[in-house]
Amino acid sequence: MDRAGGRPAVMRKRMINVYPTRGAALFLAALPFLLLLLAYLAGSAARLADNPDDKLLPSFASIGAGFARMAFEADPRTGDVLLWVDTAASLARLLAGLAIATVMAGVFGIAIGLVPFVRTTFNGFVAVIAMIPPLAILPILFIIFGLGETSKVALIVIGVAPVVMRDMILRVDEMPRELMVKAQTLGASTWQIALRVVVPQMMPRLIDSVRLSLCSAWLFLIAAEAIASQSGLGYRIFLLRRYLAMDTILPYVAWITLLAFALDFGLRRLQGKAFPWFAQGRT
Amino acid sequence: MTAVSVRNVWKEYDGRIVLEQVSLEVEPHSFIALVGPSGCGKSTFLRMLLSAETPTKGDILFEGERLPGEPTADRGVVFQRYSVFPHLTVLENVVLGKEFAASPLLGKLFGKARKRAREEAAEILTAVGLGDFLHLYPSQLSGGMQQRLAIAQALIKRPKILLLDEPFGALDPGIRAEIHVLMLKLWRETRMTVFMVTHDLSEAFHLGTRVIAFDRPRNRPEERDRYGATITHDLAVWPPKYPVSDTHIASGGTTRLLDELEALPGRPGVGH
Repeated sequence: MDRAGGRPAVMRKRMINVYPTRGAALFLAALPFLLLLLAYLAGSAARLADNPDDKLLPSFASIGAGFARMAFEADPRTGDVLLWVDTAASLARLLAGLAIATVMAGVFGIAIGLVPFVRTTFNGFVAVIAMIPPLAILPILFIIFGLGETSKVALIVIGVAPVVMRDMILRVDEMPRELMVKAQTLGASTWQIALRVVVPQMMPRLIDSVRLSLCSAWLFLIAAEAIASQSGLGYRIFLLRRYLAMDTILPYVAWITLLAFALDFGLRRLQGKAFPWFAQGRT
Repeated sequence: MTAVSVRNVWKEYDGRIVLEQVSLEVEPHSFIALVGPSGCGKSTFLRMLLSAETPTKGDILFEGERLPGEPTADRGVVFQRYSVFPHLTVLENVVLGKEFAASPLLGKLFGKARKRAREEAAEILTAVGLGDFLHLYPSQLSGGMQQRLAIAQALIKRPKILLLDEPFGALDPGIRAEIHVLMLKLWRETRMTVFMVTHDLSEAFHLGTRVIAFDRPRNRPEERDRYGATITHDLAVWPPKYPVSDTHIASGGTTRLLDELEALPGRPGVGH
């Protein structure tokens, strides 16, 4: 019963306390995607009605045909099915770069966070190195490592590792002092503390950190591939740009997004599975 | 013989004096309760006993030897929070102390040694009432159970001194009473010397054989930086708990001493 202003009961709650039902939540989450899709369809239809040869906003049919051409038909020149060749090349670079960066960041970040002498030696150095814009040294990488795989992987490592490393240092700092003291009262050496206390507690946080840097890893990958490469997803979309081949570029972008999302999702699942205590402790 | 001897210890932070002229002789197998208002340095004192901090001046001797400069395995500790490792199960938390001692390189035991260590840990955990929760993570335990775990974890190293920093402060009264019984029992069985910081006077008198009160004799705003806190009361608890049997201390004794402490004149000068 509402006497105040004739508003329905649910409205009397503050906005911050009103939650959608399950069905509404699903609809609302899908809504932005649907709107974008509709806007595209409308724009595409309007442009194609004007000029059937328009390349800027191709119809879904021609996007589908473009995707099928890349994903299922062998390229007449090389005999490769390009989408899979590109995907394999890009993922190999990305994963190699991420793996190296993660191991480096984990090892050095934990050492710097834990041991005062290592910290005083390297903390300032890492802070300065992390400020170098990675793309600015891409030419140097090309000069040193040549135009092959090494320079692309190196760019990802240089772009990702310092950020993750600094995050690791902060996370080690955040560990309660009490836990460090407690480990010492149990007779642990520095090495044992690192191995049994700090590393296991840092692993799930390292995964968080890598997840956050996935986006910049993709950025560096595509930039490196765009500038000098003969394969890869980034190489392909920049090549196709010359022919204004939006019917192929758009599915490629969607495919890249899907890969990035899958990688992020996979890491999140891995964290939950491998470190059940972490998720429980967070709530 | 004295277990712990504190000789004219001072502690300063950036020229601000926190503790001054702290001297104390402690018999082996004492249960010392440290009380006092917030910010009076009793936790700082405990951390110095732990070697997590060093005195600015003065010495702390343990069985005649000066304390080492860092925490060691002969002094166990239970903090109010963050005493147990969140990434290890209850059992693993206790086994850890064994593993550190036996496996310098990996900090992990395997095979028979592992089995033996786990059995010993399980025994201690059963003694503190956690026998049914060996494979849970600390975040799945209640506050009281977490503190029991922290105690068990410290006990497996068989420390000569156990340091407790407001260990039961966050527990509700029923749980606290249960854990008090456990604590007294363990103290009697292990013959450890225990130091416990607490805000709760009745807890101090219920558990302690001796209650030490810290306070600032000079506490005017302009004096605060230059004069630290020190021991203002040192009360033996009556009736003595050791070598008394395991019955609870007669409540009359506790109450009488509580009244006595309350009735004492506030903040007598240093050295009076």
